[in-house]
Amino acid sequence: MRAAAILWLRQLKRYARARARMVGSLGQPLLFLFALGFGFGPIFARAGHGNYLDFVVPGVISMGIIFTGVFGGIEIIFDRQFGFLKETLVAPVPRFVIVLGRTLGGATTALLQGLLVFIVSLIAGFHIHHPLEALLALPFMALIALLFSAIGTAIGSVLKDIQGFPLIMNFLVMPIFFFSNALFPTRGLPAPLKLVAQINPLSYGVAGIRDAFAGQASLGMVTDLAVLGALAALLLAIASYLFSRIEL
Amino acid sequence: MVAMIEVRGLVKMFGNFTAIDNISFAVPEGEIRAFLGPNGAGKTTTIKILTTVLTPSSGWIRVAGRDPVREPAEVRRAFGIVFQDPSLDDELTAYENMELHGALYGVPRAQLRERATTLLGFVGLAERRRDYVKTFSGGMRRRLEIARALLHKPRILFLDEPTIGLDPQTRSLIWEFVRGLATEQSVTVFFTTHAMEEAERVADEITVIDHGRIIAEGTATSLKERTRSTSLEEAFIALTGRDVRAEEANPAERMRMLRRAWRGR
Repeated sequence: MRAAAILWLRQLKRYARARARMVGSLGQPLLFLFALGFGFGPIFARAGHGNYLDFVVPGVISMGIIFTGVFGGIEIIFDRQFGFLKETLVAPVPRFVIVLGRTLGGATTALLQGLLVFIVSLIAGFHIHHPLEALLALPFMALIALLFSAIGTAIGSVLKDIQGFPLIMNFLVMPIFFFSNALFPTRGLPAPLKLVAQINPLSYGVAGIRDAFAGQASLGMVTDLAVLGALAALLLAIASYLFSRIEL
Repeated sequence: MVAMIEVRGLVKMFGNFTAIDNISFAVPEGEIRAFLGPNGAGKTTTIKILTTVLTPSSGWIRVAGRDPVREPAEVRRAFGIVFQDPSLDDELTAYENMELHGALYGVPRAQLRERATTLLGFVGLAERRRDYVKTFSGGMRRRLEIARALLHKPRILFLDEPTIGLDPQTRSLIWEFVRGLATEQSVTVFFTTHAMEEAERVADEITVIDHGRIIAEGTATSLKERTRSTSLEEAFIALTGRDVRAEEANPAERMRMLRRAWRGR
């Protein structure tokens, strides 16, 4: 476990040292927060849905988390390119432990990024119903982080170079984000879109964060957490299988 | 003498292509063995198989008495390796790279600190231990990689073209250090190089591989006598011919080119 811990720590150090990246990846969620949050606010209120900023912040937080999470996993490609990957592959450590350390590291940085977005949202005027109840958002954020970090690790184990990166972003990560409940309510959507949003794992996470912030915590959250947790575990297993097949 | 590396009838196929064609050799404990051959002869593939990162198609292999296929963890603990390409984390400091290696290999914490400090001193990096690797020159990186490879007290040291692109000072420092390891601590050294004068000067025995087959084996003197050559370089060309080999553009090679382009920005 010391091996997993040191790889976890490595991800954190790299995240903390790459200030430019940290600030840079705040850009996109903030753009969504301000452009959409304030832009759609009036229409949303007129349609009788309430405060759009309060609605969209959980979606934007999860955006920060999934992008950082996937990116953290995809960093395997950089490690492959710059050579560090070899050092871990010849170490007397089961590949599963390496995947675990890396993925947990990536998930931790993603969670930190989500918290950063949350803090900026508070400054922008987001309100939470009750601070203690809002803490319930944390396990949801953590599981989204873990799930998408594992997805990134799985992808990074298969991709040989960074050329495939836009493909993953535009055809996997962006669609998962847009076809969820992150930006709009799923009520009243056309049936196919609604179905996609409902089976989208991200929707469970966003719903949980939203309920926690809005003071609508319920027992249903336990089911959502269980679903997310099971998926994260499955993806971790897939990632470690794919990682174990890497040959130099 | 105990053989630290023993290979019998090793074959490695990539699809229909035979990269390693039924080779056998043994390296006794404490010996420095040069593994020479033109580009694409099968040197790196052999090292990858010995170091558990590639599985052989067939053959019998023992590294430190263990089977790399069935007991990879035991084999991995027994060797240290300096790869042909860099393998450090540039965003960490020299010491952090050592620390990470120690944790991966389960070196006890107290011992780790002491050994890391000693080894960094040996390779002349004690002063720079807190600096990021990205600020290091090629020679410093290589020295750090060697120090790191020795941190867990391996019985075998694999060096895949360790002196490529280094200045004469660094090259001679590295080889002196490696000689010392073999004579004083009985570390078995298995290295590849294209610099024939290095092989001639450092290696106890030389194995020459070409087209996946072993074509000659012996001391530098015996190879020179056999080919009636005055230098090992001449002997090497007499053995392997004058054809220039096309190196296959495999993913590793492409990455190497990409990295060079990246660095050269």
